[in-house]
Amino acid sequence: MDEAATTMTPGERFIETYFNAAVMERYLPAILDGFVVTLQLAVLVVVSGILLGLALACLRAYRVRPLNVLIVCFADILRALPPLVLILIAYFGLPNVGVSLSAFAVIWIVLTLALAAFAEEIFWAGILSVAPGQWQAARSTGLSFTQTLLSVILPQAVRLTVPPLTNRAIAVTKSTALGMVIGLSDVLGAATTAQSFSGSATPLMMAAIAYVILFLPFVVVARWLESRFKWRHA
Amino acid sequence: MDAIRQQFFDFDIMRQAWPMLLEGLVMTGLICLVVIPIGLLAGIGAALLSLSERRIVRWPSIAFVDLFRALPPIVLLIFVYAGLPFAGIRPSPFEAVAIAFLLNNAAYYGEIYRAGILSIGRGQSEAARSTGLGAGQTMLYVVLPQAVRNVLPDLVSNTVEVVKLTSIASVVSLAELLYQADMARSVTYNASPIVAAAGIYLVILWPLVRLVSRLERRIAA
Amino acid sequence: MTRPSTSSIAADRLVSDARAERGSILELIALHKSYGPLDVLKGIDLKVKPGEMVFLIGPSGSGKSTLLRCCNRLEEPTSGAVIVEGEDITAPSVDLNKARRRIGMVFQSFNLYPHKTALGNVTLALVKVSRLSRAAAREKAMAALADVGLADKAAAYPAELSGGQQQRVAIARALALEPKVMLFDEPTSALDPELVGDVLDVMRKVRAAGMTMLVVSHEMRFAAEAADRVVFMDGGVIVEEGPPSAVFGAPREARTQAFLSRVKH
Repeated sequence: MDEAATTMTPGERFIETYFNAAVMERYLPAILDGFVVTLQLAVLVVVSGILLGLALACLRAYRVRPLNVLIVCFADILRALPPLVLILIAYFGLPNVGVSLSAFAVIWIVLTLALAAFAEEIFWAGILSVAPGQWQAARSTGLSFTQTLLSVILPQAVRLTVPPLTNRAIAVTKSTALGMVIGLSDVLGAATTAQSFSGSATPLMMAAIAYVILFLPFVVVARWLESRFKWRHA
Repeated sequence: MDAIRQQFFDFDIMRQAWPMLLEGLVMTGLICLVVIPIGLLAGIGAALLSLSERRIVRWPSIAFVDLFRALPPIVLLIFVYAGLPFAGIRPSPFEAVAIAFLLNNAAYYGEIYRAGILSIGRGQSEAARSTGLGAGQTMLYVVLPQAVRNVLPDLVSNTVEVVKLTSIASVVSLAELLYQADMARSVTYNASPIVAAAGIYLVILWPLVRLVSRLERRIAA
Repeated sequence: MTRPSTSSIAADRLVSDARAERGSILELIALHKSYGPLDVLKGIDLKVKPGEMVFLIGPSGSGKSTLLRCCNRLEEPTSGAVIVEGEDITAPSVDLNKARRRIGMVFQSFNLYPHKTALGNVTLALVKVSRLSRAAAREKAMAALADVGLADKAAAYPAELSGGQQQRVAIARALALEPKVMLFDEPTSALDPELVGDVLDVMRKVRAAGMTMLVVSHEMRFAAEAADRVVFMDGGVIVEEGPPSAVFGAPREARTQAFLSRVKH
């Protein structure tokens, strides 16, 4: 707090507090490093989460009873549990049974499972939405069950799943910020560290801006996908 | 195997932590009681504004919704709790949670209502207006009831997300369920209290998750 | 004035006759409607007398539905006036919601509220716009449902009714507000052929009770039998009008002749 603060206009004080140029310059490298971590995690979570979800939905299509019960339970539990709970269990509990995972790995695994649970349900709904006649037609031409699933059913099912999957992937990927709680140096982790060192709110503002830069394009694309989807089915 | 049982499923420790967990559960319930009704109402407001015929109202509203859909809730919460005091506003942890959830929920519930309202054909409001109902009455008595019914699964599903999200209140030291469980963990050096908390979340939310699935199937049918 | 107790429709007739006397109850003056560069209505003048049933016919895209929807400003006219009982309802000072109560409308796709019963569909505006008590609204709504022959379906939801029944409920919804004019926008076009008759019967009954009606419809036989006047529109203008015998029997204009010969086959 310097003397000048008392003579500043509210607008100047706002800039000084949340957009302090000196603070920005000092902590930009740290936040950028955090940005790379968040970006890596985001890409990894989206790819592995969607692939795992797709695989589970395909497995479910074979309708093997015990397997399906397991898949449904997995999807339900992962959808009902707050990710932060799993993050704390994995990060603080697992080392005591001999499994030490980095914060990065914990976030990756937990969010992959969370996204996979939602993705499985979305893909499954998509598979169910394809008319039974498609199965019958494909099987009548001699395609095997697996061939039918992969080359006839999935291509049709996937189109319907794009808008909800996009929304869900954004929501889960945003949860990478939870890594801050277990000391991950992602955007939020870097920003909170910087905030406590600098005694300024500017790093938090930088973090908010970084997340908006990262996610806003996807939110806008999701909105566009949804309106296109509705229009097609109107 | 035994190590896993001791580390995650130590029932003695769970029993010791139980009173703490209950306290936390009460706080979690309290947060939900405040943020869910407010969010459901604010969402209607956000939806109506983002569907306004006037561009000067519609565009800022859509920008607001997209902005808060792009921000991770935990970032928003930390910003409100740790960032606002720099501007002279010092919210308590509970107030910070309420403010952050209000913004986040208005955006998310708002998008759901918006989709619901858009799903109602123009004929419905034309019929209502032709009988002399005003724009507000038409929305309240004709469009919204149908819109809500169409998006009920999404509303319930988002409410599940909100309940799950209350766990981030622990990062601003609000003594809700997960915070209490983590306190118990740090005292006992054992993850069982958090596993117990996970069990509580499951008991509350699993039925809701099932309900969402069932509602979705009914709407699709 | 003594009111006959037989039918609420008959009572209306006396009131509207007394008020409008021999003038027109609905009058359109130089009505224009354009969507950007597209002129849909190019200056329509039309007078409808109390108790008169006027049919608007013409090829699709001729502007007849737009014309109808301008009468209660579901479509905003670009210019021109809509006079209802001597009041210009396009004037900025007009309370549109009040004005719309005097103008009933029936839609092609019924537009019943799916979340409300037949009775609920009819009472909504009675309670919220006419500010009747629930009991009074219910009584009036039941009378209207009885008028369209559906008193026994009061508790049914639209999804439980046939298309013809839904349309009759929609007519009851409009009638219950005791409008002075009723607009029908292709009321039977969305119906299976075997259900059309019931709706036309109800329209006959409404007409017999003295309601002023402006109807857009493709039911030429019904128009020939029931209409007082037929108005043929094409390209956003009124091409020809007159009693059905004249328009159908001996159309003067080539465009009318071409249209009629097309719909007859």
